[in-house]
This record gives sequence, C-alpha cells and structure tokens, in this order.
Amino acid sequence: MAATVDARGLSCPQPVIMTLDEIKKGQDKEIIILVDTDTSKENVSRAAESQGFAVHNVTPEGEGYRITITKG
Amino acid sequence: MCGLVFPSDENVLIGLDRADDAGVYKITDEIALVQTVDFFTPIVDDPYWFGQIAAANALSDVYAMGGIPKTAMNLVAFPAKEMDLSVLRLIIQGGIDKIKEAGVVLIGGHSIVDKELKYGLSVTGIIHPDRVLAKKNLRPGDRLVLTKPLGTGIVNTAIKAALASPELTDRVTRLMAALNRDAARIMADFDISACTDVTGFGLLGHLAEMVCGSGTSVRVTSGQVPVIAEALGFANMGFVPAGAYHNKSFREYMVSYADSVPRSLQDVLFDPQTSGGLLISVSDIHAAALVEALKAGGIEDAAQIGEVIDGSEEKIWVV
Repeated sequence: MAATVDARGLSCPQPVIMTLDEIKKGQDKEIIILVDTDTSKENVSRAAESQGFAVHNVTPEGEGYRITITKG
Repeated sequence: MCGLVFPSDENVLIGLDRADDAGVYKITDEIALVQTVDFFTPIVDDPYWFGQIAAANALSDVYAMGGIPKTAMNLVAFPAKEMDLSVLRLIIQGGIDKIKEAGVVLIGGHSIVDKELKYGLSVTGIIHPDRVLAKKNLRPGDRLVLTKPLGTGIVNTAIKAALASPELTDRVTRLMAALNRDAARIMADFDISACTDVTGFGLLGHLAEMVCGSGTSVRVTSGQVPVIAEALGFANMGFVPAGAYHNKSFREYMVSYADSVPRSLQDVLFDPQTSGGLLISVSDIHAAALVEALKAGGIEDAAQIGEVIDGSEEKIWVV
C-alpha cells in the first residue's frame, strides 16, 4: 500500500516540503502525491529525483495531477 | 491592453508603444524626465529590509535607462486593522534610508488601507535626451555584461521552506537591497548600446525582450553567468518559483540550450529576480575594461556572460 500525500490547494514550496517529509519517513518505496498546479507537478518531480526516487507515472486527476514516485 | 489608445506627444521619447524599464519625456534639448513606479508584497520577513529592497527595486528602472534618480514618492497599502503601525514605520524607514543612499529625496506619497501589505515607490529622474539607454538597441559584436548573480527567486522559495541558512538568507537580502547606482555610474564611461535590469522575467526573459525586434541574436555562455551557488541545489530539489516556469514556457520558442546545460541552470536563467542586476550590452573592445571597472567599484559579481551576434532569426543560444 503506497503512502498518499494530498497537496492539492497548496502553493509552492508546500507540496515539495510534504513530499520530502514523506520520503524522509523512509517507510514506503512507492508514494502518490496529488497536486493541482503545473508548478507543483514539476517541483515535486524534481524533489523526488533529488532523493533517489523515480517519477513512475503522472496522470491527470480532476483539476490536477496524480504523481506516482518509486524508489529504485 | 490591445485596442486602447494612449495619449502621446512629440516629447515622448520612450512611451508605452515601445515599453522599456521607464518612460522618458523630453523637457528641453538638455533634459528629459525618466519616470517609473513599482511596488509589491513583502519578499522578506524583516520590514526594514523589505523597505530597502522595494526602494532599490523601484530606483533600478531609472538606472537601467542611464538616468539619475532625483525624487521619489511612497506607495503604501497597509492592513491597518491586522498589523501594528510600527511595522509600516520600519518599512518606510528602510525606503528612506535606501533613497538617501541614492541621493534621492522623498517629496510625497499616498497610502490606502488594504487587506494585503504592499510598498513601493514612484521615482522620477533626469537624463540627457541623447543618452537614453533603451533596451531594444542591441548591436552585433557587443558583449553582454551582468552585474548581480542570479537565483534570488529560488533561494527565496527555499527560505519560505526554512531550508536556507541564516548566512545565505542574509547574503541574498543584501544582494536584493543593493542599489544599481554604482553599476550605472560606471557604465556611463563606456560604449554601451543597450541596457535593462533583470527582474521578474529572469535573465533570459529580459534578454528576450532586448532581442525581439532587434534583428540580432545572442549567445549566452552559461558557465560564466554569475549564480548564487546554492540556487542550483535548491532548483534540483524542486524549489523553483511558479514564475520561472511561466517565464520559461513564454520564451521557449526563442531559446536553444546546448546539451551540456543542466536543467537546474536553465531554471536559474529564467528565475524571477527581485531588484536584480543590470544587463548591459557593451562594445567588445570595452567589455573587459567595463567588467574590471565594475569589480574595482565593488560590484564583485560582475561578469561577461555572452555576446550579440548577427542573426535575424532573433534567437537566444545558451551554450
């Protein structure tokens, strides 16, 4: 079961901070992040890659995106 | 604002039809007015520093035209119910200290009650009508010089995330509060064809404004662009402000990157700057001497960052 970070309605840098916090917990190899702006989508992807995660999948969801990141 | 007709007359040297850093209006054959206005919401927590930065930012547009600022007026929007007046006092004190440093006098202003705090200045300066440094006047063969390092937008985002050290926060705050006065005074002794200041559109966004309609292209040597080193790391971690992405997609069609230019540096090149440096187009034989004079004048980050080339396609090559 992947952890889910719901960062919808929040502006940068909040979605990135939440993603980094979840990664730091170190409990999940797969994390799903929900965001609602293109900026958050780009920045969350950068944050994940900087921590050794790969952006596995980005799919539109509602008004935003569902980003799945996985630890290789 | 398409379709609106703005009043004008023959003394308007720079007006809205060819929007530049500031408007220029000729009074006599010797003197023209340079006028600008800028205000924004706080970009640092400390009210005194915010006042200084807002003032330095507003004054910068006059310097970028080659003018000498003379008078200023305060623009204030203040949430009087929610915030103590002592905060406003500190902001205005910061502004006063900065305009004093610039040799400018405060002769008025206007304040309103608003939900969101905003501060800035309207600034008037003077310039010789024949020595106006428009931005759209690039000359093939010229070198490009930048006087402040890039990355304040990214670092400010990292500061909001409480990830920047106190030393870095202090450095960036001082950088944003630094006047472009000395750089402007020094460049006046050299053969300059065009100048602007780097603010919200980022380096490449402002360069694109210079290139559009100039009939020239530019080559930016990215490794020589002065950059706040920590900004690259923060960009990689995802602390890139929305403005940088907007700037990038708006000018994407004009810019080509060499494969060797990393994404983090591309982010920094489009990072919106607050009170950024001057971007100067100087004749190639004067370029080295200009940079040397700027460094000798205390502008240590000044560097040659590229050149203007023939190229009617009006492109920006980042190598």
